Amino acid sequence: MAILKLENVSLSLNNKPILDSISVDFWEGYIHAIVGPNGAGKSTLSYVIMGLNDYRTISGTLYFKNKPINELSVYQRARLGISLAWQEPARFEGLTVYQYLQASKKDNGLSIEEAMDVIGLPAQEYLPRACDKTLSGGERKRIELASLLVMQPEVVLLDEPDSGIDVEALERIFDAMAILKQRGSTIITITHSMAVLQKAEHAFLMCHGNIIDKGGIDKISGYFENKCIPCDHKNIPISGEAR
Amino acid sequence: MDDRRAVAQTLYKTMGLTDAALNDPDIAHLVINSNMVVASHLVEGLVVEPAETQNGVRVTMRVLAGHIIQKPVHLCFGMLPEDGLQEIIMDVTIEEHASVSILAHCTFPNAKNITHKMEAVITIKEGASYSYLERHVHAASGFITVLPHAIVTVEKNATFKTDFELLRGKAGIIDIDYETTCYEHSHLEMNAKVNGIQDDAITIRETGHLNGEGAVGVLTTRIAVRDTAQATVYNTLTAHAAYARGHVDCKEIIQDRATAKAIPVVEVYHPKAHVTHEAAIGSVDDKQLQTLMARGLSEDEAVDLIIQGLLSGS
Repeated sequence: MAILKLENVSLSLNNKPILDSISVDFWEGYIHAIVGPNGAGKSTLSYVIMGLNDYRTISGTLYFKNKPINELSVYQRARLGISLAWQEPARFEGLTVYQYLQASKKDNGLSIEEAMDVIGLPAQEYLPRACDKTLSGGERKRIELASLLVMQPEVVLLDEPDSGIDVEALERIFDAMAILKQRGSTIITITHSMAVLQKAEHAFLMCHGNIIDKGGIDKISGYFENKCIPCDHKNIPISGEAR
Repeated sequence: MDDRRAVAQTLYKTMGLTDAALNDPDIAHLVINSNMVVASHLVEGLVVEPAETQNGVRVTMRVLAGHIIQKPVHLCFGMLPEDGLQEIIMDVTIEEHASVSILAHCTFPNAKNITHKMEAVITIKEGASYSYLERHVHAASGFITVLPHAIVTVEKNATFKTDFELLRGKAGIIDIDYETTCYEHSHLEMNAKVNGIQDDAITIRETGHLNGEGAVGVLTTRIAVRDTAQATVYNTLTAHAAYARGHVDCKEIIQDRATAKAIPVVEVYHPKAHVTHEAAIGSVDDKQLQTLMARGLSEDEAVDLIIQGLLSGS
């Protein structure tokens, strides 16, 4: 069953078409991956689902649990059960990690201490720290995941959860994804990484604002193996995308 | 309990504090209501001579050479009446290699038309350290004018740190004017955090002259204004000697029809000195806002939390 459904969703920014009549079902309880070249519209698709400013004026319809959500604002969608972790998380001057996680906390999420344990950052050391540029990029990515663990949304959008982090931290990101799924979240992750793709159960290939293929991981992983799925567009960077 | 002691306790309560500090023999304190000293206690190495004047007090404070005052000294300047003028004249000397931290509370919980002025001359002698946190608590309405002015000298290897905070209540008219001169290898840090609402008018002038070799100065200002409040920040750092280092950092968040100006001035008169500045004025950062909203906070809740962070951060 689809928890999230997009029906002919299109978006233009500055008169440039970014998403082109996308129709897709995201099945409940799955980890979905979205892959594709830079500029394909992957992050934009996640922003449209989240309903961020500048990404609200779309044609087509978004359904969450069979109810249209086009008119809902970001926080209304969040309260319904959709949330997003940015590729480059925000820096909050003056707010501590604890304050950020406390603001994100919902009743059915992990405790703040449990979430910190999952992401491998000692609570005693990190919770009093400022959630700003004094944290490394990898630490901020992990704290972003912790904010979702304490929230436990029904749909989790992850925009390149592995970018800018080391191998050890990547394992913690995978742990967090596994726990979110185990506790009932549907995960939609955007990635350029084979390692992340292989954690998914279903994948979509995007190009030029379209979803041009979908299926199991074996099928879509061909994109990473220079066996690009036939496509009308000639500018897909077949090589160099995979790590 | 005598009347003065009761007034002191009332002033502490208006700041949301217990009066525990007033009962701790290791914590020095001086509590002024209008022009009256209502409580005082000293510790070894600290000499404070308050004198009541017509509209306030004249305070001479010295920390004797070599004395390290372990616990912050509590100063409380307040006015319980609704109207009036309070003038504080301070002459502060931190003698050689002495150290003290001051926690100053200024509370005007019933203010309808109050002016609070402070004129301070502060001398921090060689190797000494002086830290001064001034925290204001104002009423939610009414009219108050706050005019803290100080001339500060920071001698060789000495340290001066000041924090001004006005985060609760209506700021009114704020005009802060601190001018500091720093000599060899001294450290200067001046921070101001003010929340302005309604028709508040906030002016901050902080100036540091890094005259000595290796002197270091940082001026940091954080302001949030909403409604029709106005804020103007003049931060000036001048560097006159080799290896003097300085940084000016001003961030202001505006909402509604509020306005803000930042005028950072950096002047360098020596080729081996280096001073930088950054200033940012604008609405709440969109990414921070949308991140918090994506966690389920309404826009108002998210804005409040971001401003709380801006004004509470170091």
